[in-house]
Amino acid sequence: MREISYRQALNEALAEELARDPNVFLMGEEVAEYNGAYKVSQGLLERFGPKRIIDTPISENGFAGLGVGAAMVGLRPIIEFMTFSFSFVAFDQVVNNAPNMFMMSGGQFNIPITFRGPNGPAHQLGATHSHATESLYANAPGLKVCTPATPRDAKGLLKTAVRDDNPVLVLEAELLYSSKGMVEPPDKELLIPLGQAEVKREGGDVSIICYAQTVPLALAVAAQLEEEDISAEIVDLRSIKPLDETTIFNSVSKTHRAIIVEQDRPFCGVGAEVCYRIQKNIFDELDAPIMRVSQEDVPMPYNEKLEKFVLPNADKLMSAVKKVCYT
Amino acid sequence: MLALMLLIRRFEERASQQYQAQKIGGFCHLYIGQEAVVAGAVAAVREDDYIITAYRDHGHALARGISANACMAELFGKGTGCSQGLGGSMHFFDKKNHMYGGHAIVGAHVPLAAGLAFACKYREEDRVTLCFFGDGAINQGAFHEALNLIALYKLPVVLICENNLFAMGTSVQRSTSLKQIVDRAEGYDIPGEIVDGMNFREVRDKLSEIVTSIRKDPHPAFVEIRTYRYRGHSMSDPASYRTKEQLEKYRLDDPIIRLRAQLTREGKLTNEQFDALDKKAKETALASVKFAESSPELAVEKVYDYAYFNEKRS
Repeated sequence: MREISYRQALNEALAEELARDPNVFLMGEEVAEYNGAYKVSQGLLERFGPKRIIDTPISENGFAGLGVGAAMVGLRPIIEFMTFSFSFVAFDQVVNNAPNMFMMSGGQFNIPITFRGPNGPAHQLGATHSHATESLYANAPGLKVCTPATPRDAKGLLKTAVRDDNPVLVLEAELLYSSKGMVEPPDKELLIPLGQAEVKREGGDVSIICYAQTVPLALAVAAQLEEEDISAEIVDLRSIKPLDETTIFNSVSKTHRAIIVEQDRPFCGVGAEVCYRIQKNIFDELDAPIMRVSQEDVPMPYNEKLEKFVLPNADKLMSAVKKVCYT
Repeated sequence: MLALMLLIRRFEERASQQYQAQKIGGFCHLYIGQEAVVAGAVAAVREDDYIITAYRDHGHALARGISANACMAELFGKGTGCSQGLGGSMHFFDKKNHMYGGHAIVGAHVPLAAGLAFACKYREEDRVTLCFFGDGAINQGAFHEALNLIALYKLPVVLICENNLFAMGTSVQRSTSLKQIVDRAEGYDIPGEIVDGMNFREVRDKLSEIVTSIRKDPHPAFVEIRTYRYRGHSMSDPASYRTKEQLEKYRLDDPIIRLRAQLTREGKLTNEQFDALDKKAKETALASVKFAESSPELAVEKVYDYAYFNEKRS
């Protein structure tokens, strides 16, 4: 194991998959000559050439659809959105063409495509650039959605996504690109299956279910809680769809208390879905109502103080923990 | 090709009848009047070239060699349909015959065509992609983005605008700022031409010329093929936005009558031969109804097998 950044982990995943399979290509805005808006594709043009690392004009609908078409005949496109906030311009291709093709062609055309890019609120980017898109996309049957929070998960999930025969969205955490973590060496193949959550920290008093940018938040709160003799178990979903119910249920059956902390807005969100599944399946295990910490249900303000107020934060999570622990 | 045009015509007439008998659900958009466009186009390409179109796709499927049985069964929603009854009228697919749909969001398949052609170029194949769309598609964002990408990457696509004068009920004059649709191509530096879509031979010859040139050196081309649909936009549309006189004018210029007259004049077709072709087309269409009626539907639990590839849950 060695320590690398989340950005470097994604870069390695791309390079390894491009080297492994000639059908894989990377396409998006600024991915080639500029080396990626967030430098995730650094050096790939030099190594793989302009046939496989392809700059596009600012035409998300166009190049997302081009990827879907190329996938119909067996190429394995990796389509980068400079941010998933821009994927809305390509929404029709992502939710209508990519996931529906298999059903509406009677099983003749599967779409082995990866859509990837930064997702979730970053820092003071204002309403249009701060979207967390996971619950929107997880709502479309036919799509798979994963949300890595660590460099290791980022590498392993992206590589798995590229090899999947279905459309997969890899929602990278914009704020975590520079974060570091331990990852297997490059000569050791790292594939992390979709639909497997990971317990990032074991605990006995309360399960904090989180993903993407809320994982470091939950871990920080868990450390704080330890000082108050509350032992929190941190369950990182890693994949939103498919969702790993088993890991969630095992954790909650142990702690009997559950909080979902999501980077997205609350209405019809990931937290709502997880909450429904817990109460439906292991209602008797619960010693307290399930709590949810999300964004406030408003468009994102630019002002730093207001933005902080809108986002899930340690205080909100702490207070939710106190509520379910009746302390 | 006259046989194909007759088959499309007779198939669509049967489809119309079956729709009225409520054997066919959803929307149903008929191609009657436009047969020469797709017949001329497929006559200009190889069987392994790619074809993709919009929702008025029955004619394209038949022209690509999908059987009338599989087409009618699809309309009936049966498991023997070309999309196993899961796609319906607007979503005809056939991998074997290189029919890539059947797409029902106007303009949204033009980027897909760019992708099909991108794959051909990527693999250094000399296939050509024929992308059909209506006059209504040319004002969609997806269309414009795709045309720019197709031109920028020099992709081997023939963009075929089947201009039947109406996007649903809105005439080209009321929807498009240009005097002629072909000028859209000029904006992307794609060579464009206007073709008479009621004349099978003109479509075939013009497209043959274009396809030959694309095979030598991959590049896009645009053709505005002027045609006319005799029926409404869909089965529920009485088409009251146009005059009887206009419809009659086009009916007199019918593509089947025109090709018949050309062949007869040249001594290549007798009345008896024409009648025999037409009889066969009618029989094939009727037989397809019987086939569809007697075909089984997929079991309901099968629905779970078509959300994700290779993840059967039923």
